[in-house]
Amino acid sequence: MRHYKKLLVWSIIRHVLLLTGALLVLAPFIWAILISFRPPEELFSAEFQILPNNWAVWRNYSMALTESPLLLYILNGVIVCTGIFFFQVMFALPCAYALAKLNFRFRSTLFTIVLIGLLVPPQVLAIPRYILCYKAGILDTYAALIAPFTISVFGIFLMRQFFRTVPDDLIHAARIDGLSEFSIVWRIMLPAVYPALVAFGIFSLVSHWNDLFWPLIVINSEKIATPPLGAVLFINEEAGNDYGALMAAMAIITTPLIAAFLIAQRRFVEGITLSGMK
Amino acid sequence: MAEKTPELCTAHVDGFARKAHIWLSANSEALTAYVLSAPATFLIFLMILGPAGAVVVICMSDWEFGSSTFSFVGTENFRALLDDRVFWKSLTNTLIYVAVVVLVSVVLGLVAAVMIESCTFFRSFYRAVYFLPVMATMAAIAVAWQMVLHPQIGLLNQGIRAIGMDFTMSWLQNEKTVLATLCVIGIWQAVGFNMILFLAGLTSIPNDLYEAAEVDGADSAWDRFNTVTWPLLGPTSIFVLVITAIRAFQVFDTVAVLTRGGPNKASEVMLYTIYNEAFVFFRTGHAATLTIVYLAIILTLTLVQVWFLDKRVHYT
Repeated sequence: MRHYKKLLVWSIIRHVLLLTGALLVLAPFIWAILISFRPPEELFSAEFQILPNNWAVWRNYSMALTESPLLLYILNGVIVCTGIFFFQVMFALPCAYALAKLNFRFRSTLFTIVLIGLLVPPQVLAIPRYILCYKAGILDTYAALIAPFTISVFGIFLMRQFFRTVPDDLIHAARIDGLSEFSIVWRIMLPAVYPALVAFGIFSLVSHWNDLFWPLIVINSEKIATPPLGAVLFINEEAGNDYGALMAAMAIITTPLIAAFLIAQRRFVEGITLSGMK
Repeated sequence: MAEKTPELCTAHVDGFARKAHIWLSANSEALTAYVLSAPATFLIFLMILGPAGAVVVICMSDWEFGSSTFSFVGTENFRALLDDRVFWKSLTNTLIYVAVVVLVSVVLGLVAAVMIESCTFFRSFYRAVYFLPVMATMAAIAVAWQMVLHPQIGLLNQGIRAIGMDFTMSWLQNEKTVLATLCVIGIWQAVGFNMILFLAGLTSIPNDLYEAAEVDGADSAWDRFNTVTWPLLGPTSIFVLVITAIRAFQVFDTVAVLTRGGPNKASEVMLYTIYNEAFVFFRTGHAATLTIVYLAIILTLTLVQVWFLDKRVHYT
């Protein structure tokens, strides 16, 4: 009985601590949303209050949407991330298959090259990549946002690891059935490691969707801005004290990825912690 | 296969074709491999290794964006860097930021993971909430933090005033508090990531070990943590430490959105300095030199991680 009581006390303490932590984690989100409900005249009111006297939800959110092309930023995010992931898969999977399942003279050399590539953080490559984009005349276009990331050495590395677990018999059987090596990659190997590809896809999506560094360098026009750059543009343009509209804009910008996360939590956690595997 | 023809010329061609065929069938696997890996290999050189080499070349030259002259200046850029006040400020700030964020967020991540692991309900709720900052768009969330930290209408200052103190602090505009404030945001973002890594480490600890420890008299939660969890989590912790350090070195968004390195360079961090020098002031050689320093730090950390990963494989 005493033991049981002790366990109960511990359990209560634990939940109190964890709930306090959860509240601290959520505080900035909640505060931003509360401010996005307030009309301008209540922003600087002297007394501390949680909810506004006059709700300005419609005013703030419609203002955020009309003053800045927020939905376009989100669409741009979708276009850029889809483009990046499409090319990453196109280029990485055949290479990973060759590294995992085919014998050729330069296999270990190529794998070493991939490993060296893994050591280089993307920010280090910004200056030469900027020059490349300039020479190619693609600065301030979708191409500049997509092209440098069409190759993912991490994708090659990860897919190679998973391809190695696919039994050779499966490949032999496919060859006997007359499948070309190219279709083996897409019709045998890809389905066999589908969960790993999904995890990599989420890793790729989250890192490029959230990236501010590269878009800030190559993009000037708001028409091509991705959500993080859009957030920065919004702050710069609406530099006033209309925090209600500002918070509404930030809420709109953050919503798509958070919604996706809440729908597929486990997959997101898997995908993002993949970077820990590097 | 092919029949011999009397004409010399075709025989010659035929012989060549046969040789080619034999060579092809012997090497078809290799040939397929080259075809399949060629696009990726080309792009690795074009987008990663080539640019990496180019950074090294640029950092040893006096070249700048748009200039037509290019001459090698050896280590002069490095010497200039050593005399650069902003570089030292940026480096120290970054090291302080990384040290604080890593230590605090790893400890908090571990505490959160251990507590969540022993919960019987709400587990997935806690996991989701703590993980939210890891994947949320930091550039936008930074603006939400600005509202929390706002001198007049900020949650923090209003909260402090609500308990009866007359208090106004411009957390982000004050030289003394700005870096610490950015650290808090960094910690806020990193805890969930560490928690997930620790949770993965915790679930791999077999339950019988806890039962055995209890039989041996480890009654309290602390005893169990001290005798079982911590020793077995050791390798995971080092791994988490290094990963968090690498991630913390990449701090950029909060600085770019909230402080722009100010006030008076008090929140200047390496990636922001690189961005500023390269793409705002267009001092390309200088920026490339900074980049090399940054790369050297990240490389060292990565190699430490690889070394520990190797060790972990041997001991488990």
